[in-house]
This record gives sequence, C-alpha cells and structure tokens, in this order.
Amino acid sequence: MLAFIVRRLLWMALVLFAISVLVFLIFFATPGVDPARQMAGRNPSAETIKSIKHEFGLDRSLPVRYGLMMKHMFITRDLISYGSHTRVIPEITSAAPVTLSLVFGAAIIWIVFSILFGVAAAVLRGTVFDPLLMILALIGISIPVFWLGEVVNLITQSRLHDSFLFSWVPPLGYTPLTQDPFMWFKQLIFPWLTLSVLYIGFYARVLRANLIETESEDYIRTARAKGLSERRVLFRHTLRTSMITFVSLFGLDFAVLVGGGALLTEVVFGLPGVGLLTYNSLTALDLPVIMTTVVYAAFFITLASALVDLVYAWLDPRVRLA
Amino acid sequence: MAVFEPEAEGIVFDAEETGGDIVGRSPWALAGRRLVRNKLALAALALFVLIVAVSFAAPLYSNYVADTDPFASNISGTVTLNGKTEPVLQQGGGKLGLGETPIGPTWHSKYFLGADNQGRDVAARVLYGGRASLEIGIGSALLASAIALVFALVAGFFGGWTDAIISRVMDLIWAFPLYLLAISLATVLLTAPNGLKIGFIHLSAGSLWVPLLIIGLVYVPYIYRPIRGQVLSLREKEFVEAGIAQGASNFRLIFNEVLPNVASTVIVLMPLMIATTILTESALSYLSIGVQPPQASWGTIIEDGQSLLYTRPWVAIAPGIMIVLTVLALNVLGDGLRDALDPRSKVRVKG
Repeated sequence: MLAFIVRRLLWMALVLFAISVLVFLIFFATPGVDPARQMAGRNPSAETIKSIKHEFGLDRSLPVRYGLMMKHMFITRDLISYGSHTRVIPEITSAAPVTLSLVFGAAIIWIVFSILFGVAAAVLRGTVFDPLLMILALIGISIPVFWLGEVVNLITQSRLHDSFLFSWVPPLGYTPLTQDPFMWFKQLIFPWLTLSVLYIGFYARVLRANLIETESEDYIRTARAKGLSERRVLFRHTLRTSMITFVSLFGLDFAVLVGGGALLTEVVFGLPGVGLLTYNSLTALDLPVIMTTVVYAAFFITLASALVDLVYAWLDPRVRLA
Repeated sequence: MAVFEPEAEGIVFDAEETGGDIVGRSPWALAGRRLVRNKLALAALALFVLIVAVSFAAPLYSNYVADTDPFASNISGTVTLNGKTEPVLQQGGGKLGLGETPIGPTWHSKYFLGADNQGRDVAARVLYGGRASLEIGIGSALLASAIALVFALVAGFFGGWTDAIISRVMDLIWAFPLYLLAISLATVLLTAPNGLKIGFIHLSAGSLWVPLLIIGLVYVPYIYRPIRGQVLSLREKEFVEAGIAQGASNFRLIFNEVLPNVASTVIVLMPLMIATTILTESALSYLSIGVQPPQASWGTIIEDGQSLLYTRPWVAIAPGIMIVLTVLALNVLGDGLRDALDPRSKVRVKG
C-alpha cells in the first residue's frame, strides 16, 4: 500500500508540474503573441504594459518567467485583473461556495436517479421499459446542458411562470444558504436538475451494463442456489459489485464539475460561481483571471483524482497491485 | 459524453446468427449484415445523413428559398407577408414597449423561423451554422483519430521506452481537464492580433480551423488509450510472430497485420467521437471562444438567441434541437456499429 501511495503522489506532483508548465507555455510562450499586451486587457496604457513586463520578467529567460508566474499565483497571490482592477484570488475563493452548492445538490439528484433508472432497466430487462429507459438516458446525454438550461428558463421564468406550476420560481440568481436557506433551495432546484440530466443518463447506462455483466458471475448463481431472495441477491451482491465503477467515476466527475465543469450551467442560470467568473473574464479576455482559474481548477482536479485513487486502492486491494 | 459498454447495453444479435449464416463470410460482411438488421441504427444513420445533406445545402436554401444573405445584417429591411409589408425589426414589443423586436417565425419561405437581433434569417443561419458545426465536429474527430492512431501504433508496436514516453505524455494531457485546456488554448489563439503562424501554416483568429484544431488536439488521448491497449496485445499474437518469422519489415507488420485489426475499434469510436466533438464545439462557441463572427455555428446561434429567449425563443431553440438530433443519431449509430463490429468489446470512451 505504501509503495502505491508513494507512486501515486509522485505522479500527482509530476502532473501538477506539467499542468503549470503547459499553462505557462500557452499563456507566455505562444509564438507571435505578446503576453504583456494580452495580460493588460483592452486598450492598455503604456505604464500598465511596462509594469506587467517587469512583474512577469518578460525580458528575462523562460525559467525565470515560469518562476515569477508561479510566485504571483501561489506565494504572493497578488495577481490583478486588469479589467476590473481587483485581486483575482480572493474573487475565486468568494465564488467557490456558489459552485459547491450547485455541484453538491446536482450530485445528490444524479446519484439517486441514476441508481433508480439503472436498477430499474436491469431488473425490467426483456420488457418494454428497459429500452425505453435507455433511450431516455441516451437523449439525456445528447442534450447540451446550456441549451437545456435555456429551455428550462423559458418555461419556468417566462411561458409558464404565471401558471400555478411555476409561479413560485424566483428570478435567476443566488442567495447564500446562511442568509435564506429556503430561497437558496428555490433558486438552485432547476440548476440542480438541469446539471444532473447528463449524469443521470450516463451513470444509468453504465450501472445497467455493470449490473447485467455481474449478473452472469458465478457467485451470483451461488447466491441464488443457496436460496437467497431475489431482492437480497440484487442489493447485497449484484448492486454492491456494480457500484465499484460507479463510485470511481463519481469521484472524478464531481471534482471536474467543482473545478469548472459546471461553467455552462452557471452561465445559463446566472449563478455567480467560479464558472461564471471564468466566463466573464473570457468575454472580456481578461487573461490573469482565466490563467488563475485554469491553474487553480486543474490543481484541484488533480489533487481530487489522486485522493479518489488512494481511497479506491484502500477499498479494493486489487488496484494497488496493478 | 459517450460510453461503450459490453453487448449487454444494446441489442443482441448473436442469438439470431446460426452456423449457416456465418460460414464463408468475412467479418466485415457479417458486420454489415448485423448493421442492416438493426433498424434503429439504420434510422439513426439516415437521420444523420439527412442533417448533413440539409446543412451542406445551406447556400441553396439562402439563395433560392429564403433569398437573403444570412451573414449581413438587415436592420431596416422589410418582408412581405400575405400582401402586407412588415419591418424585419419591429418597434416596441420589449418591456414598456421600447426597443426593437425581430420578427417571429413566419412559417413562410422568408424568415421561416424569424429573424435575430440584426434582422438575419434564423432558418438560413441554422443551416449555415450546422455546416460549420458538422465540419468542425467531423474534422476534429478525424484529426484526433489520425494523430491518436499513429501514436498508438508506434507506442503499442515498439513498446519499451517509446511506449513509456508517449503514454506518459498522453496521460499528462488526459490529466489536464479538457475544458480548461480548450479554454486556455482558445483564449490565447483568439487574442493573438495577427493570428498564429507555425511554419507555412497561417491561422487567423476567425478561421474555423482554430476550434477544429483545438478540439482535435484535446481529444487525442481519449482515442489513444483504447487503441494503444489493443495494439499492445495484438503485437503478441501468432500472426504477427508469423510475419516476423517471414522477415516482414516493421512498416509492413504495422500496416498489414496490426492496423486492419484495430480498424474496427476506430470505426466504432468515430460516431461517438463526432457526437462528443459537436457537443464540445457548441459549448465553446456558446462561451464565445469557439467559432467567431461573422461565421456562425449552432453554438453561437444559441448564444445569440439567449438575449431574445423570452421574446423570440426560436432563435435559441432551433439550433439546440439540431444539436440534440445530430448527437442522438450519432450515439445510436455508434451503439449499433459497436454491436455489429465488435459484439464482445469492452472498450470504453468517456469524454
């Protein structure tokens, strides 16, 4: 186990380094691109460009520049958005709770419904419900999330807003949980549902396939042979084994969503999370913000995926040896 | 996001094939027969071909049916409906009766789906946008597959250090979250004032090649992984050994022995990959870092329609329906191809 931990952590360190170098090369060493002008935003003054050149050592060698970028990002943490003249890193930390609220809620919904649909499809195999559920799942993974969000907004905010069904839906936006939990819930319920559709479809398909695969294992036959009830076979044996893939996929998808994958949902529902922050800086081409959110998010995802692998190895001894 | 699962997921064909059906037929002929029998996959293929044909006929539609230029704004234009002449951008209609509202769907040849903020014909734009989306989707999927295939063949065939280095680099790209990588590449390329020059290739920021290359590059590891694994095991097969014993060159071994055996995997991956790249393209364009104006794609039209969502919802809804139909058709087709070509495959792709 120790060897596995060491190996995994070394790989993680390498990935972190590689990501930071790649970001550095993309933003500071793309041929034909002047990084100072790009960082400075639209219509920069000569002084701004000069100070950027100095701060990031743009007249010095590449390794020094890389060091300066990392210093500004992680040690002094004084990167400034030249668009809004605010510090980037406090902005990111203050936006994080919004993203977490969105992803946590969606995750609960997608776990519950994908298990429900996946198990239902596997149990109802041979009936009309199985292909029906799988077609629904396929439609779910074929819908762009931002478009689904627009359709949801159109229905709940405009077309049917005056009907009894959706008159309770508050305007788009975010209210902190600590301020008004009920409002927090009401504003997030549709973003949660919208974000979870893709994952419900995807996880239900994976779970169903795993359930059917596990069904043919010898130990399931043994469990039946010793007289266990169908329900017990399903929940104690088939489902538990099938959940292995599910759980490992979940860890990564969750991390990716927190690290910026929920961007599209945040934009379409106007939730001021890390994703919306990135989006606003994308439309303004505010490079310091984009660069910082990319590195922070990528680091977060890398750390999380290392953690998932370690937990996974702890749960399943076979992984350690692979 | 697309996933390959064992035969369990789709329709099982093996049960229908008795010994007499199989004898004397090549694997490709068998696969073709299985595919033809899968009515759902055939319908999906027909739908996809139809969407491609209609999208590539966009210039015909705008020239002969809608009679407009879908890229030129037509703010002060008028349209004649049932003998009445109406302005394309109508005064009022917004909140408090201020502002301008583009004309809604006329369900006639002109402005069939209405106009957008600049008075452009939405139906014609959706067709042109489809052409761009499909070009980028198909092009980037082909590009990613070609690069991945070359690296996978080299790494899997030669093994050792070659494999170790290529695979580690692929793992590193894989570890970089896809959207973040695409966002970084896109912002830098789009802000480059004179476009990007690499050798004799010159890319301007507005070119469709920019999103095509970005999307093509970020998906390389997703195709590389399953193929490299397959090449690795094929390399140890008896027929490759036989080739070595006969003195075949490495080049010949790779192209005549290994490549034909991974071809089916690539073919199965293709529709799912195109579905994924089309979704990615639309997301990047929606975020304004994909296709740049004056070009349009389904994603940019959805973005245009966002500000008109409550007054003229068709601007955003129509391209979305096209995306859903295209991606759904490709996913169903991918499932069908997998069942036909590779009934016992356990290859998984996730994107």
